[in-house]
Amino acid sequence: MEVVQTRVDEVESKFGVKKSRTPAKLDYLQSATGLMLALFMWAHMILVSSILFGKDTMYEVSKLMEGKPFFGESYPILVTFTAILLATIFITHAAIAIRKFPGSFKQYTLYRAHMKRMKHSDTNLWFYQIFTGFVMFFLGSIHLFIIMTNSADIGPYASSDRIVSEWMAPLYLLLLLAVEFHGSIGLYRLSIKWGWFDGKDPKANRKKLKKFKWAITAFFMTLGLLSLAAYIKIGLEHKANYGEKYIPTSEIQGVIK
Amino acid sequence: MSNEKGRILKISVLKYNPQVKEDKPKIVTYELEEAPGMTLFIALNEIRQHQDNSLKFDFVCRAGICGSCSMLINGKPGLACRALTSKMDADITLAPLPVFELIGDLSVFTGKWMSGMNDRLETWIHEKEEEEKACSCDTIEETMDPDLSDEIYELDRCIECGCCVAGCGTIVMRENFVGAVGLNKIARYAIDPRDKREDADYYDLIGDEDGIFGCMSLMGCEDVCPKDLPLQSKIAYMRRKMVAMKDK
Repeated sequence: MEVVQTRVDEVESKFGVKKSRTPAKLDYLQSATGLMLALFMWAHMILVSSILFGKDTMYEVSKLMEGKPFFGESYPILVTFTAILLATIFITHAAIAIRKFPGSFKQYTLYRAHMKRMKHSDTNLWFYQIFTGFVMFFLGSIHLFIIMTNSADIGPYASSDRIVSEWMAPLYLLLLLAVEFHGSIGLYRLSIKWGWFDGKDPKANRKKLKKFKWAITAFFMTLGLLSLAAYIKIGLEHKANYGEKYIPTSEIQGVIK
Repeated sequence: MSNEKGRILKISVLKYNPQVKEDKPKIVTYELEEAPGMTLFIALNEIRQHQDNSLKFDFVCRAGICGSCSMLINGKPGLACRALTSKMDADITLAPLPVFELIGDLSVFTGKWMSGMNDRLETWIHEKEEEEKACSCDTIEETMDPDLSDEIYELDRCIECGCCVAGCGTIVMRENFVGAVGLNKIARYAIDPRDKREDADYYDLIGDEDGIFGCMSLMGCEDVCPKDLPLQSKIAYMRRKMVAMKDK
């Protein structure tokens, strides 16, 4: 192994300069931010899929996120803050993880050739992760900015209008695919990387983890596609009344009484 | 042994001799009849003996101990002496391991790479200076718990065949990465109480993106290692150790 680049390190250590601890921190932070984002996306999907239980359920969930049950009134600014926090974690994760991207066309071709030779699923999964990560730089940023600046417009009609009348459906579809692949592959890789579920037989447990990983992908992908379809249906039906906000059944009944 | 005729194997080899200026890389296909219990090592010797005496490949032990006959077998790194042809299709493709210096055809200079890696990672027991001075043949070596010695021996089974290096997507892109072979060796010394190096010393060796933090957990190493070394869990062990390290 011919090593050229460590000379600076060697010179520094001779002068008593301590080796930088930053690579360790970056490695940890990449995993930590990734874990936070992946777990947040699980929660996010469960909240979003409340539309499958009806408009009223989704309405209640959106009000819960705006703090209504706690403060008596809705504060969409809470959603804005959450989106800002998420954007910060998202950008941090992207900034750290980009170190791992192929750095040149040469590296890219070398990896692709390696993939073709090896036909090794974990090696392939990494490439999908790089690809979906790259896609999310753009799609994720757009989504986060829109939610940050339109936090009051989350609800059965407002969200459906955004998806249909404001043309977010194609973006959300691609974002869903990217998130579900990237997140579940990432969680699988995190478990391997830090040996969380190694147990007595790491090989056997890795196989189980991988099966679980695909199950998670399938579950959230199905949930996501069904939810998106539900929003599209509502959005199409509501196209004529674009902009009108949803009034929950309980309030309508209250007025009638 | 049955008298039935064996399958006809078609073994395609990437042939290239970088020592010869005019030589160009080419795929040469050899046909031979499969024999019972045949390994690629046996098949290659047959080819060299009866069909092409210029075919270059390395071997010493024929039993998966020396690590010389590692090559890409249908694209995956493995030992020719451990690869039974009966477990493969009749069409077999062989190529030299990537990353390493090519000597010719299937022969690569793994020794040069490994020696560089061992020098770089100082893969030997380090004693404290005073102990080194006090070392005498009369003092009895300290005893070791059998479980611990088993654990060290388990990692010491590495034969430096280079399969993990050739199977690593990270090294393929970034040639200065130490690879699983190096990280496994560091783990081996880190668990050995005879080695007096501290975590900070190991951090100096592998605490960067050419070392432990370069590993992207692609697990090519784990899946191709002919000795089934616990690379996945040992790399994770070193990663946890290096991240948790506190400066004194």
